[in-house]
Amino acid sequence: MARITLQNLKHAYMANPQQEQDWALKEFDLEWDDGGAYALLGPSGCGKTTLLNIISGLLKPSNGKVLFDGEDVTALPPEQRKIAQVFQFPVVYDTMTVYDNLAFPLRNRGVDEATVDKRVREVAAMNDLTATLNNRASGLTADGKQKISLGRGLVRTDVNAILFDEPLTVIDPHLKFQLRSKLKELHHRVPNTMIYVTHDQTEALTFADKVVVMNVGEVVQVGTPEELFEEPHHTFVGHFIGSPGMNVLKCDISDGQAHLGGRKIATANKAGPASGLTEIGVRPEYVSFAAKGLEARIIKASDAGRFSIVEVECAGGRAKLLINEGEPVPSGTAHLSFDPKATRIYQDGWLAGRERRP
Amino acid sequence: MALELKNAGKKVGADTHIHPTSFMFKPGSFNVLLGTTLAGKTTLMQIMAGLEKPTSGEVWFNGRNVTGVQVQKRNVSMVYQQFINYPNMSVFDNIASPLRVARLSRYEIRRRVGEMAEMMRISAMLDRRPSELSGGQQQRTAMARALVKDSHLILLDEPLANLDFKLREELRDELPKLFAERNCVVVYATTEPSEALLLGGRTAALHQGRVVDFGPTSEIYRRPSNLTSAIVFSEPPMNRASVVCKSGRIAMNKDVSWAAPKQLSPGTYTIGIRPHHVSPVRHDKSAIAVDATVKVAELSGSESIIHFDAYGNSWVSLSHGVHPFGAGAKATLFADVSHCMYFDEAGKLIDLASGRKAA
Repeated sequence: MARITLQNLKHAYMANPQQEQDWALKEFDLEWDDGGAYALLGPSGCGKTTLLNIISGLLKPSNGKVLFDGEDVTALPPEQRKIAQVFQFPVVYDTMTVYDNLAFPLRNRGVDEATVDKRVREVAAMNDLTATLNNRASGLTADGKQKISLGRGLVRTDVNAILFDEPLTVIDPHLKFQLRSKLKELHHRVPNTMIYVTHDQTEALTFADKVVVMNVGEVVQVGTPEELFEEPHHTFVGHFIGSPGMNVLKCDISDGQAHLGGRKIATANKAGPASGLTEIGVRPEYVSFAAKGLEARIIKASDAGRFSIVEVECAGGRAKLLINEGEPVPSGTAHLSFDPKATRIYQDGWLAGRERRP
Repeated sequence: MALELKNAGKKVGADTHIHPTSFMFKPGSFNVLLGTTLAGKTTLMQIMAGLEKPTSGEVWFNGRNVTGVQVQKRNVSMVYQQFINYPNMSVFDNIASPLRVARLSRYEIRRRVGEMAEMMRISAMLDRRPSELSGGQQQRTAMARALVKDSHLILLDEPLANLDFKLREELRDELPKLFAERNCVVVYATTEPSEALLLGGRTAALHQGRVVDFGPTSEIYRRPSNLTSAIVFSEPPMNRASVVCKSGRIAMNKDVSWAAPKQLSPGTYTIGIRPHHVSPVRHDKSAIAVDATVKVAELSGSESIIHFDAYGNSWVSLSHGVHPFGAGAKATLFADVSHCMYFDEAGKLIDLASGRKAA
């Protein structure tokens, strides 16, 4: 187990990067505590796999350092970094028993059989695999095989970190729940440094203590799930996290105050110096219908079970709000109220009035 | 143009893959097949398409018995979870291929491909080969090709499963609009209850090769006709417990009881209560307190999902706000039993409006 430090890290796949967009990973620093649960979250192509490969040693960064417990490992190959990895598709030896699959990473490193047996049984018990230890892996379902993969990731005691690369993609939704909560439970019991890569916000937010949100090669915000939800530092974070994501409406600024459709909107922050694009960000959870306020035209309401998602047109844009199950949805036109504590001004995408770099 | 299955079933050797199934999908309808992997969704779709011949029963389309009629002669479009494209053609030509087969004018082809590409957000990629696209873009190309022609029957087998979360959200929003104007039958298979709800239309709940419920999606969600359907249509899973109705009370055990709905006759029932009706906060006076041992609490930043044991049942609570609990913590959670569903011993929903079993 180790504390992981990334210093001035940046990477380009091409030989002579010239412009900003040549970098697959733009420069950033990051510090991950020993034993923490972290997630790298972003859409495909955002650079999260590049970052994962740099940590595991499959890729050498063009710039910057990777430190494990303060020791520079940037030049070390993967096999010397003591990293366990669990992939999207289960990697299981079909012809071996569940027991031998779990034992494999240990036997491979010459661990004595008594220790192997002890560890395999411990890990099997944690993953509910005890009853199937002597079965061949070939007959198992996808989630059964992925449990073995998780088990193999956990079986070594000498690892610096365990990396999970979209481990639940092939799993059915109702089983995702089980594996996700299992993983969380395992992290409580075995406090390894765990890094979880995914494009699925639910997986990232429920698993991690801290989430690194990435977009087009850039780390846009690092924060606890609550911070990312309550105070997105960039409209991308607001949009990407939350389902539906944050509403983003173009606004006018005068005297540092936001105006929508000619109406002053109370916000939690003030606008900074003049910028190109100015927008208001407010989550659907913090928009409600009111007797007066910003005028809106109802476009449609979709039943999501516990609430309805109502889409409206207002101030030349589109916004969504959530109405609890059983509550009436107005039709035609209505007025909207934004909770001022959760309504913010964004300038050129970034939260106004704070330093841009995460 | 309606699609009708008349006792259509599929056996492979001694295994029954699809039990004899009868239902009708109306012209212009959007239908969801909801069920877990291996519930029979794909087999059922292949029977509808004519890719598989049912071993019993018949398939009717537009008033004609099409059982055994080959898929090529049926004007059917299919989209699979694993996208399939022509690797040596450009994205434009991939999407245009069915229109060329149908001998549409060049103008019409360009118009339709452009429209479809716009919707699928691949307009900028039309000149590229599929191999130069990301997985998500390749899937959108495959979808565009399937949707661009005027098929009578469009079958979508978990088409969004391999896409990014956010992209799925957007396409899920737009897909139903695309079919709104058409008179074709659309069938959409998914494993996700939330996706079924948002797509709307009508839903057939599938379990182990059997259609266990069929009707308007929101009705199947709110009033499933049986316990199996309720379980299929709940994520996180439906909370269940065995209860006894006696002398006007419902008792889960000697400590937990509440006033019985007056239409309920004495007897043993299984209750079903959705996770969002169980909360660490008491929202309603009628909510009952449940002693819980927390297994794990998942916090998503705006919601809490608490997995817990209560009196030997494994339950889940889904609530607003951040409610941290350590593993093994004792807690009191509140179940709003006014939202309870009651199922009889055969698993049929009791209709509390009439007191009768649901049909």
